[in-house]
Amino acid sequence: MSILDITSIVLIATGCLFFIAGSVGMLRLPDVFTRLHATTKADNVGLGLLVMGLLLRSGSIFIASKLVLIWMLVLVAGATTCHLIARSAVRRGERPWSKR
Amino acid sequence: MTHTLLLLVVVLLASMIAGLVRVVRGPTASDRMLAAQLMGTTGVAVILLLSEATSRPALLDVALVFALLAAVTGIAFVQRYQAMETGE
Repeated sequence: MSILDITSIVLIATGCLFFIAGSVGMLRLPDVFTRLHATTKADNVGLGLLVMGLLLRSGSIFIASKLVLIWMLVLVAGATTCHLIARSAVRRGERPWSKR
Repeated sequence: MTHTLLLLVVVLLASMIAGLVRVVRGPTASDRMLAAQLMGTTGVAVILLLSEATSRPALLDVALVFALLAAVTGIAFVQRYQAMETGE
């Protein structure tokens, strides 16, 4: 195993850790607005680290640019939909969770 | 290397199944939609890893379409929900 392989595996495994954190947050956090955090962490950091790890192993510039394109698309889509879902939840009169 | 990637795919699939619990239980429709978004992103990650593990670059296009459709579902959900609210 070369140093490149080890680096890429470490990056991909760290990304997977963020995906697990996202799922745990989705289950444990109390309401919609806090659960937004769980999704965006997996979208941004998890997939980002995973793509970075795969970039090290991609042979051609074509595949590398496609990987980056996928990540950018997920970033934009995640940010937009999270914002829209939060706004529609506020409009429906959902109250943010608070410790009583 | 391939085995490590496939192991990570299994880990991601397990986390997807855990997220499915929120889709079933989630008190509001927004919760369910958020969980579906998370599953969409995890699905993209799984396909990227599979494309590397089986060295099939064509799977990258599948991931690209998944990422596009995830955005469309979220926006369609919000549109539909607001239309139902105002009774259109």
